[in-house]
Amino acid sequence: MNIKTLKASTLYGILLPVLLLVLTLTLNVGPVDIDPGKAIQDWLNDRITIESLILFDIRLPRSLLAMLIGATLGLAGAALQGLLRNPLAEPGIIGVSNGAALGAVIVFYYGIAGIAWFLLPLGGLIGALVAMIVIFLLVGQNRSIITLILAGIAINAIGGALIALALNFAESPYAMQEIVFWLLGSVSNRSANELYIAMPFMLVGWGMMLYCGRFLNALTLGEETAMSMGFNVARMRLLLILGVTASVGAAVSVAGNIGFIGLVVPHLIRPFVAYEPRRLLLSSAITGAILLLVADIVVQVFSDNGEMKLGVITALVGAPFFLFLILKSRNVLQ
Amino acid sequence: MSLLSGHGIDYRIDSIRILEAIDIRVDAGELVGLIGPNGAGKSSLLRLLTGVEACTRGEVRFDDQPLREISAALRAQRMGYLVQGAMAYWPFSVEKVIELGRIPYQKWWQQVSSDDQKIVEEAMTKTETLAYRNRIVTTLSGGEQTLVMLARIFATQPDLIFADEPVAALDPYHQLHVMEILRGHATAKRAAIVVLHDLGLAARFCDRLYLLNHGRLHCSGSVSEVLTRENIAEVYGVDSQIDCNEKGVSVTSLSRISDHHP
Repeated sequence: MNIKTLKASTLYGILLPVLLLVLTLTLNVGPVDIDPGKAIQDWLNDRITIESLILFDIRLPRSLLAMLIGATLGLAGAALQGLLRNPLAEPGIIGVSNGAALGAVIVFYYGIAGIAWFLLPLGGLIGALVAMIVIFLLVGQNRSIITLILAGIAINAIGGALIALALNFAESPYAMQEIVFWLLGSVSNRSANELYIAMPFMLVGWGMMLYCGRFLNALTLGEETAMSMGFNVARMRLLLILGVTASVGAAVSVAGNIGFIGLVVPHLIRPFVAYEPRRLLLSSAITGAILLLVADIVVQVFSDNGEMKLGVITALVGAPFFLFLILKSRNVLQ
Repeated sequence: MSLLSGHGIDYRIDSIRILEAIDIRVDAGELVGLIGPNGAGKSSLLRLLTGVEACTRGEVRFDDQPLREISAALRAQRMGYLVQGAMAYWPFSVEKVIELGRIPYQKWWQQVSSDDQKIVEEAMTKTETLAYRNRIVTTLSGGEQTLVMLARIFATQPDLIFADEPVAALDPYHQLHVMEILRGHATAKRAAIVVLHDLGLAARFCDRLYLLNHGRLHCSGSVSEVLTRENIAEVYGVDSQIDCNEKGVSVTSLSRISDHHP
């Protein structure tokens, strides 16, 4: 391998400043040119101006949301790939994404999304919760990881089928368009409210996944060895799935399906952390945040008539890139 | 006092009997061999003794304490388990694999400390794996990989090592090397229990043998008590020649016994 493993301090010394830089950049991007300095000054002096409203009520929540969602997807991807010991796993594989999407689509379908801002994310969260309960009922204490994957595929299929049903019988083309656009995934026109509703679930989920880091390292030598190293494999696995479900469910609930971040980011980072699943977690989270922020900048800069959706750009860039990574690393990962 | 003992162990999976009425003990300083034909229940017995699996009936005691009353963390520190065909699923460096042996001592947020590092070095020295510490473990030969996995166990500094067919598919040089390392471990307060197919190696290195057949203990005792022509004919269904001389015991399988039904 020609890629040099980086020390933790070097890696975070690169990633964190980049994250801060990109975050600052996103605050300067938008359809209206504003002077951020004036916006901050107005805000500090409690003056409500166009500039301070745009910066603190529109751009900052949007950027923070993109950052948290990107981190969630990167972290969940790394955690699931570690659990399944398969570099092709992505957060959606356990069915939670489609569950959350279905919950939100149902809210759209019955036309109640406009009644209160929280109905849409709430529908998504309920959908994710239902998907998770079904997974737990199906898998339970079962040891087989295959059962988990198959259950996830089944739940994804059911979610997809019901979403198709909703689209099929949508009342008007507008309702249909609304649903489709939402499904594509975006963080535009989100307020701090979405941030507040999603953040607790994400943070709790992150905590659970990070706690499992040591277990994921042990799992590198197989489940039986991990058991002999003192881990209750069934319990740790449930904890990890719970963490993925809580955080990804919350992310999809407020932003729709944003693909490929969870799949590509761990691939990108793995050589730099010597393939260690535990070190991969936090670094993938930061990298996911950076990439989604960059994608959101691209979306805003290159949109003239109607904004390009975030999920579209991550798929457009992510999918070919993923293919490239597979071709490049096929010798390492036999 | 026995380091490890099993009393009246029964083990069933979905009411299918895997093991029945097994009594076994491993004393400090002993290298104990577990032998028997394929499907006799050797690996299952090893899993029960390590606590990875629970007995249907009977009890396993470690250091005169019921195994299930010992915390998983403490168990992981005092016992090392080398699974059959152990391998790494990610392309870790050799050193990184061996560092995994320190996990039972780490809290969930802790990294490898400098003390851990020292112990890992010792484990590499003991197993002669220092030379390829930076190589990717999945690119090593089978013999080298087994030594690395053994080094991982030494990094845990366990009292008791369980090894499930550690020398299967290794060349004679590496077979002897692995057995010598296990033999070297089984001194003073420490011990090892090894599943073996090679009866010659079992005879050469083990203090005592347990011969399993169809989930039952056929016999146990010293090498000369267990490895008799009669026992081998009855359990393995082969006619054999056993030579004892000052260099040790050698077992040669001569021919299958035609009326043997495995």
